[in-house]
Amino acid sequence: MALTFNPKIFQDIDEKYAAWKKKLGKVFAKKPERLKRFSTVSDKKIADIYTPADLKDQDFAADIGFPGDYPFTRGVQPSMYRGRLWTMRMFAGLGTAEDTNRRFHLLVREGQTGLSTAFDMPTLMGYDTDSPKARGECGKCGVAIDTLKDMEDLFSGLPIDRITTSMTINPPAAVIWAMYIAMAEHRGIDRKVLGGTIQNDMLKEFVAQKTFMCPPEPSVRIVTDTVEFGTKEVPRWNTISISGYHIREAGSTAVQELAFTLADGIAYTEKALERGLHVDAFAPRFSFFFNSHLDFFEEVAKFRAARRMWARIMKERFGAKDPRSLWMRFHTQTAGCSLTAQQPYNNVVRTALQGLAAVMGGTQSLHTNSLDEVLAIPTEEAATIALRTQQIIAEESGVANTIDPLGGSYFVETLTNQMEEEAFELIHKIDHMGGMLAAIEQNFPQQEIADAAYHYQKQIDDHEKTVVGVNKYAIDAEDIPVEVLEIDEALETIQIEKTHRVKENRDGAALKQCLEKVGEACTGTENVMEHLITAVKAGATLQELCDVFRDVFGSYRDPGIY
Amino acid sequence: MKDLVEKVTSGDVRTVARLIRDVDDGMPEVREALKELYPYTGNAYVIGITGAPGVGKSTLVDQMVAHLRKRGKTVGVLAVDPTSPFSGGAILGDRVRMQRHSMDSGVFIRSLATRGHFGGLTQSTRSAIDILDAMGKDVILVETVGVGQDEVDVVRSAHTTVIVVVPGMGDDIQAIKAGILEVGDIFLINKSDREGTDKTLNELRLMIEMDQKKFDKGLWKPPIIKVEAVFDKGVDDFLAAVDEHARYLEQTAGGLKSRRSPERVRQEMVEMIKARLFEEVLDKLTETGEFDRAVDAIVKGSLDPYSACEGLVFPALAGLPDEE
Amino acid sequence: MKHERRVRVMVAKPGLDGHDRGARIIARAYRDAGFEVVYTGLHQTPEEIVEAAIQEDVDMVGLSSLAGAHKYLFQTVVELLRERGAEDIVVCGGGIIPDEDIKKLKSAGVREIFTPGATLDEIVKWVKENVKPR
Ligand code: B12
Ligand SMILES: Nc1nc2c(ncn2[C@@H]2O[C@H](COP(=O)(O)OP(=O)(O)OP(=O)(O)O)[C@@H](O)[C@H]2O)c(=O)[nH]1
Ligand SMILES: [Mg+2]
Repeated sequence: MALTFNPKIFQDIDEKYAAWKKKLGKVFAKKPERLKRFSTVSDKKIADIYTPADLKDQDFAADIGFPGDYPFTRGVQPSMYRGRLWTMRMFAGLGTAEDTNRRFHLLVREGQTGLSTAFDMPTLMGYDTDSPKARGECGKCGVAIDTLKDMEDLFSGLPIDRITTSMTINPPAAVIWAMYIAMAEHRGIDRKVLGGTIQNDMLKEFVAQKTFMCPPEPSVRIVTDTVEFGTKEVPRWNTISISGYHIREAGSTAVQELAFTLADGIAYTEKALERGLHVDAFAPRFSFFFNSHLDFFEEVAKFRAARRMWARIMKERFGAKDPRSLWMRFHTQTAGCSLTAQQPYNNVVRTALQGLAAVMGGTQSLHTNSLDEVLAIPTEEAATIALRTQQIIAEESGVANTIDPLGGSYFVETLTNQMEEEAFELIHKIDHMGGMLAAIEQNFPQQEIADAAYHYQKQIDDHEKTVVGVNKYAIDAEDIPVEVLEIDEALETIQIEKTHRVKENRDGAALKQCLEKVGEACTGTENVMEHLITAVKAGATLQELCDVFRDVFGSYRDPGIY
Repeated sequence: MKDLVEKVTSGDVRTVARLIRDVDDGMPEVREALKELYPYTGNAYVIGITGAPGVGKSTLVDQMVAHLRKRGKTVGVLAVDPTSPFSGGAILGDRVRMQRHSMDSGVFIRSLATRGHFGGLTQSTRSAIDILDAMGKDVILVETVGVGQDEVDVVRSAHTTVIVVVPGMGDDIQAIKAGILEVGDIFLINKSDREGTDKTLNELRLMIEMDQKKFDKGLWKPPIIKVEAVFDKGVDDFLAAVDEHARYLEQTAGGLKSRRSPERVRQEMVEMIKARLFEEVLDKLTETGEFDRAVDAIVKGSLDPYSACEGLVFPALAGLPDEE
Repeated sequence: MKHERRVRVMVAKPGLDGHDRGARIIARAYRDAGFEVVYTGLHQTPEEIVEAAIQEDVDMVGLSSLAGAHKYLFQTVVELLRERGAEDIVVCGGGIIPDEDIKKLKSAGVREIFTPGATLDEIVKWVKENVKPR
């Protein structure tokens, strides 16, 4: 069934279009078009106008339909924001566990509805604060977590049985999750009721975020252990947050973000199936994470295409039956890389537009960046304005009153179709290479992203793309008008002492045995998760456990694709 | 100068690094140093590694370094990457794969760009080999992309020349036949974790065995070895084959001295003279402006290039200094 | 034709920071400007960077850091170069570096720091004007 038009209409449109084009030609003959080339931020060419003729082959029921119905183009739940607004989830983490705990309490007080944890670089890379590799990095980019004690302090006084927590952690995800579960159990909360997300998406690490520890294959093996464990033991937990966000921030185009993310999802699904799990047992606990970039319509189309593509992949490729397996639920973060150090208040406007696109695209949760994004991790004031931005979109703008408000726009539907088509093309290419793991080994996504990033930078330098306040409307010798958060260097010593106190008060023999058990599980095929939980309860530090991974699986080094 | 020789032979990293730079930049002063250092050369075993772009040469070199270090050998690495024909710049990307050895004082790694100067690559790489040799490195590994003649010549001047291929190269194997098959002492099929390894192995074997008569006479028959450089598999087998080849050289060609056989010396001298003459003559002509004038005249049509060349070269040769 | 010095530079990522979008773009821009560029890849210690810079005999080391540990890392690179008698290797850097720290780093011997919004043209131009092959 074609969209709502009868065939005669198209002929009519074609004629009228030709006539309009002619008129247009005359206008531009006098004074040329404003730009030589109209293209999105991903440098995708955009036409002057879209008409029903662009949607000639669209089948409303099969391609668009209704929210909550396959293929979910218009949203995963039937009610969308008419029922409940998206979760406002601001990414936060700084200094020590106590510092971040204070920030969490503030955000909850200000109306935030979910928590999201940022870890510091040593934690992200599987090192304790006392490692020589961690010198100068403690607490700078997030919270330092070395031991279970830190995890307990981090969530002290927060209702973790009612509020869900997302944790942006990858190579040590299994260890951090083990700490979280252990912390909850110490508080008497059953793991079966725990809700939250670990990012745990190792594939995108190799191509985008670059926090990696072991080579791709064993990294994915550990991820699969967590998927299996979650399916059986922590059923309300999202075991992987399959992330396009980082891919886009590393410089990819929107289509690449879409394609590489879904290709990663395909790879995790295949690995879980190989493990003997049933697709409908684990797929409902996969969640996604996208970027919302500058180009408003391109982003809305990307979100809509993503939902439709994932539903089709799960149904057609993997034979999933449970509708929850077909749902692409996703978190969105606005594009940090689009923000500027110059005239930082402009960032509030950019973020508002990007947040709006995410909402128009039907996101399940949202982080809006702070105006000081390019300067340092956000101050309390800046983070609050960013949260308010979401609240204004949600409760003042009216955009959440109807579902998929841009559905049916000739332009947005066309763009949605094109994104799907182009992304599937890339996915087929990756399939042909032997899947995402093989593609990563051949540095394919890495090279694609590097090329796109360089291309974009050149476009800015050549003024083909405008960055307000930077390559246009710049102010000379600008003073930064905002406060910049500084993390005290002295925290490092305090944190090291705290970790040493924990280390001194452990039963050495019991600890050794725990670490050996983890090692054996890694060497063999037994699931590591339960052993990790026992080990962190016995006082094992993050690095001690990560060192076991490194010893057994080896370390991965950056291939330096430029 | 004595100081410099002393520093190089005692392994001073900074001095060695600077000297290689001077060689690479073609600084004339460097000739004196190379003369003085020559007596200290001839003790290193040189292994040349070549193959198409991306076959895993650097990954392999990285693993070789690790294995050789375990055997207690000191290692020098020269990694050559192509210069961009558009900008004259280059990203020297091999070092990234070997960077884990940078803190090992028994290892010296240097990246070089092809630069495209006449006869330069072979010349300057050979001199760099001499410098690392004089520095006392036991083994010197030279990596080049096996595309241009220059690059192939570089690895050819090694004791053992290794050609790296990957499975499923198909047509490329034919290309190897035409170009570099003859120079290979050892063939490696890297990435043999991939499909098509055995097919490639058979193709290579067939190609090598076309020369069976030669091998029947006792000449070295290049072995073909499967490796997986990233997974550190097969590297021991490969190094055993290098040992084997070294023993063969020992028995047939004077071992370490085989790089200085009469044929090789003759050939290298021809190249060196060619490069030196070219440099001296062209420098002189550029300096005096004669070269540009001749070009102008040819462009204007008042002179033919043949006469111009004669008119330039002979007087220039006559005027070359006897000794600098 | 011959005996001409080519500019050789190194682009390095010190510390655990994985933000490499900028560093890799800079490496490409340097290449396109005709420099020979050695890129170290991620997760390098200051010691590894200094050793590599000396072995490669580069004229400049460009450090990129976005994760806040620049004070310790950049200063250590400068100090180690000095210890090795290689203070003639120019050190510059870029990334997320607060103004306060830029002052401190410059007085510690880092010659220039580029922050977000710097154009590739000005970054390349600075090398041409301030880094002479020795
Ligand atoms: C893109 C990005 C990411 C991407 C990185 C992708 C990649 N592979 O590079 C992703 C999403 C993965 C990411 C992750 C994280 N990020 Co981030 N990220 C950014 C962001 C938004 C943009 C950086 C960027 O690439 N810009 C574009 C490039 C071209 O610019 P650039 O690198 O600044 O380079 C320019 C200049 O600085 C200079 N330059 C830079 N280097 C050099 C070197 C030389 C030699 C020269 C001459 C010049 C030069 O020239 C360039 C051209 O102008 C910044 C904020 C911002 N807008 O700057 C945060 C930011 C850097 N990230 C931050 C954080 C905290 C993180 C995380 C630690 C979060 C966490 N806790 O999980 C992780 C850690 C990742 C890791 N492995 O290190 C913080 C750092 C805070 C701080 N320093 O105090 C920032 C500032 C955001 C914030 N305000 O919180 N991030
Ligand atoms: N699957 C597989 N990949 C490998 C193997 N060895 C190397 N690689 C990968 O091949 C890619 C290229 O490796 P390099 O070592 O840079 O290759 P190279 O021949 O030095 O490349 P150039 O110097 O650019 O010509 C890297 O991504 C390596 O990880 C292997 O045995 N198996
Ligand atoms: Mg290489």
